[in-house]
Amino acid sequence: MVKKTADGLILLATLLILSTGTVFAAPPIKIGGLFSVTGPASFLGEPERNTAQMVADQINAAGGIKGRKVELIAYDTQGDATKAVQAATRLVKEGVVAIIGPSTTGDSMAVIPVVERAKIPLISCAAGIKITEPVKPWVFKTAQNDYLAVARIYEDLVQRKMTRVALLTVSDSFGSSGREQLKALASRYKITIVSDDTYGPKDTDMTPQLTKIRSGQAQALICWGTNPGPAIVTRNARQLSLKIPLYMSHGVSSKKFIALAGDASEGIVLPSGRVLVADLLPKSDKQKKSLLAFVQEYQKRFKAEGDHFGGHAWDAMMLLKGAMERGGATPAAIRAQLEKTRNFAGIGGVFNFSPTDHSGLTKDAFVLVQVKGKDWVLVK
Amino acid sequence: MSHQILQYILSGLSTGAIYSLIGIGFAIIYNSTGIINFAQGEFVMLGGIMTWFFLSVFQLPLIAAMVLAIALSTAVGVLFERLTIRPLRNASPLILVIITIGASILIRGMAMLIWGKDTHSLPMFTGSEPLTVAGATLLPQHLWIFGITLFIIAVNRFYFHHSISGKAMRACSHNRRAAGLVGIDVKRMVLFSFAISSALGSVAGIITAPLTMTSYDVGIMLGLKGFCAAIIGGMSSGIATVVGGLLLGVLESLGAGMVSSGYKDAIAFIILLLILVIRPQGLFKKAETERV
Amino acid sequence: MGSERTNLLKFLLFSGSVLVAPVLFSGGYLMNVLVFVGINTMLAVALNLLLGYAGQISLGQAAFFGLGAYISGVATATYGLNPWAAMGCAAAIVGLIAFAIGFPILKLKGHYLAMATLGFGIIVYIAFNETVELTGGPSGLTGIPYFTAGTVQFDSDMKNYYLIWGFALMTILLSVNLVNSRIGRALRAIHDSEVAARVMGVNARLLKVQIFTLSAVISSVAGSLYAHTMTFISPASFGFNFSVELLTMVVIGGLGSVYGSFLGAALLTLLPEFLRTFQDYDIVAYGLLLILMTMYMPGGLVRIPSFVSPILAKIKAGVGKHA
Repeated sequence: MVKKTADGLILLATLLILSTGTVFAAPPIKIGGLFSVTGPASFLGEPERNTAQMVADQINAAGGIKGRKVELIAYDTQGDATKAVQAATRLVKEGVVAIIGPSTTGDSMAVIPVVERAKIPLISCAAGIKITEPVKPWVFKTAQNDYLAVARIYEDLVQRKMTRVALLTVSDSFGSSGREQLKALASRYKITIVSDDTYGPKDTDMTPQLTKIRSGQAQALICWGTNPGPAIVTRNARQLSLKIPLYMSHGVSSKKFIALAGDASEGIVLPSGRVLVADLLPKSDKQKKSLLAFVQEYQKRFKAEGDHFGGHAWDAMMLLKGAMERGGATPAAIRAQLEKTRNFAGIGGVFNFSPTDHSGLTKDAFVLVQVKGKDWVLVK
Repeated sequence: MSHQILQYILSGLSTGAIYSLIGIGFAIIYNSTGIINFAQGEFVMLGGIMTWFFLSVFQLPLIAAMVLAIALSTAVGVLFERLTIRPLRNASPLILVIITIGASILIRGMAMLIWGKDTHSLPMFTGSEPLTVAGATLLPQHLWIFGITLFIIAVNRFYFHHSISGKAMRACSHNRRAAGLVGIDVKRMVLFSFAISSALGSVAGIITAPLTMTSYDVGIMLGLKGFCAAIIGGMSSGIATVVGGLLLGVLESLGAGMVSSGYKDAIAFIILLLILVIRPQGLFKKAETERV
Repeated sequence: MGSERTNLLKFLLFSGSVLVAPVLFSGGYLMNVLVFVGINTMLAVALNLLLGYAGQISLGQAAFFGLGAYISGVATATYGLNPWAAMGCAAAIVGLIAFAIGFPILKLKGHYLAMATLGFGIIVYIAFNETVELTGGPSGLTGIPYFTAGTVQFDSDMKNYYLIWGFALMTILLSVNLVNSRIGRALRAIHDSEVAARVMGVNARLLKVQIFTLSAVISSVAGSLYAHTMTFISPASFGFNFSVELLTMVVIGGLGSVYGSFLGAALLTLLPEFLRTFQDYDIVAYGLLLILMTMYMPGGLVRIPSFVSPILAKIKAGVGKHA
């Protein structure tokens, strides 16, 4: 008992010394985070928030940025535009030098007026093309544009000499953005969309849509959604013995998808960030070092698979870190340095920002992968 | 074309069976308390997710996991009634409705903290090879859903019409005060109704999870659809609500396949609204004289 | 029922506090939250007219709010209409829709009415999502302009605060006057017994539809204000959840009390801000608070004074005895 009290006192004393130590150090750099940690888009917000915190801790453990610690202030937007604006306003008033997120295109579009007015750089983790086109001075993003993923699928279709496709997309912002790009790019690849169906994010049975597609003329089916919808589509397709090849989006590029869809997922092809196949990449791959670092650290810390959604936050944090190390920790300096970022090999791809391009990626950001023997393999 | 329509109808019936089960849960509570229990969908979630939990984390056999999940969901239902509904016997139904909304948020939040936000899948009860029926396909799991739904409806009917406590519950639903006067323990009947409907909800969750998968937030939409099924059935805790659920499922499925998949829910709801406007007393009830 | 003078006094006192509130909060992020408190107050007061006074439930109130926002948004962002004109158009269109559907829908009672309004809400929500060419679909509608008056652009929280609270105060004044008028008495009669009210010569059906329409128009104006303050809207803000949240505001604030609706709106809008510190637990805390508040304050927040004053009186009496 006495010993325990003594131990406690020593611990207290150490804590006191440590805390007084930090009082004299420079104040931490505040970085804001807006993630949809709960609500329908929590599959994005959760890994993003986890990753951002992980990177912040890593930076601090390595001594901070130019001797200053970083402090991540992360708020939940619940995937609701109103809450996102309130949280963004709060972050601005709390004096953050930059904001990472939001997770969804809708939330991002909602907070853009707030950050533009406050002149605080925002690095969105959402994919919507509207976020950075037209270019807004203070807004950047790390998630790959959907049309890059669409282009990968269409190229593969052209190679396999297929021209008629059926679409089945989820009716939320992820699905509708994919649907828009699938329709917009079809003519460039001489592809005809023979049917265009949707399903609700919480739907539990897609056999009606698939029955209709089965009786149509499509040579391939492209499904655009995030778990669990595409897994249900995969199982329903198997039940209806749909014979045409099934393409999915990068929204389900995770081992989780194979676990959910089971045997029915065999042979499915989809465009994915390199993070899914990090260990299969050749040594020469520029991103390999970042990818392995991210995947291993995430596994260690959260006992879960680091996916490319978490990767968007990893890229955003690293881009910020780079900008602050080169320029300094003021919003204006960060903005200027972000725009000058060249050849940053992150998780989502190799970023090259410029005054006319605030999304920074090319279609090399995606590789095609396929389910073989209950695992993902690269399509050559 | 005809086997296509058969497929739509079969798919619709299997989704509709689930709406029916949830709808009956709504109706049982409504009839004994006058409350629309917005937490009903959460019991569907609890059934599915707890079965997954016992199955994959504790490695229990499927039957044991299912029984445990139903027992625990029922316990949650009983606890919910005891802690919130019983102390407020004299509150207005609207106040009680808000409490059920609070409870659904609370249960969903707890589930999120305990089991995380991931979606989980359950194995099919027996095999996953599709069966062909006149050109349309079904999974063995669909037969389980139809079988269990039928079984539950039969048991329900027997309980409400042939057992003492079932008859007492029906008496409560007709007139609570009169039931109390003839010596029926109304409080106990209310507790029973919560127990039965949470058990029903969890069964619905368990038998569908192998097809639809489960996660902490599956309850919201299913609860809403079950609510609609109960209303089409005029809040009956019998066949009418079952027909209501099946009708909703088939309408959705036909709407998705033949008209527009994006508007399928809207089509179903427009038809429901028309039914309501033409027959404001529900689809199957005879018009009642209005009580002043 | 307070007399006309106390009503006026109450209103002036309330307006005064609204006027000076920014002095306390200016510069902080709470200013931004208070803007939304204003919008939610309008919505809650409008729903309370229907629910608390006429006794008619609506689970589709968010649809009228959304229609106001989307009509305003599309008319200005796509067709370049002036925001003020757009707000007027939206209110007129929404009023017409409400009036048209009011007759068949309000024939229904109790949970059938709940179901019908819920169905209407879901249909409208689906329409926002599916008419992608018009509304931008699930990813939302961008480029909605701010309100302008002469050379002043309402682009800051401070300016929008006064703009929106101007409308909110007008809504409150209108509602207080309405419920204390002959119409208000007729409405309460319908609430207590529709048949009795009809016997007394109240045209119950028309009156219900009128109040339903008024409630929809106020919600539509709130929607336009929301659209031109946010400059971005997406369907997620106008779903079933928000209808339920509005219902909760009204019940927690106090059925049949205009100022109660303000209290409910303020509490439910501010609460998430205070719960943020709980991180992932905030959703659980929110559910728990909702249950506890409804359990222990079934009359709503507005009954707190009447709940506290007997205690205060007792304390006073006790103090008096000892002195």
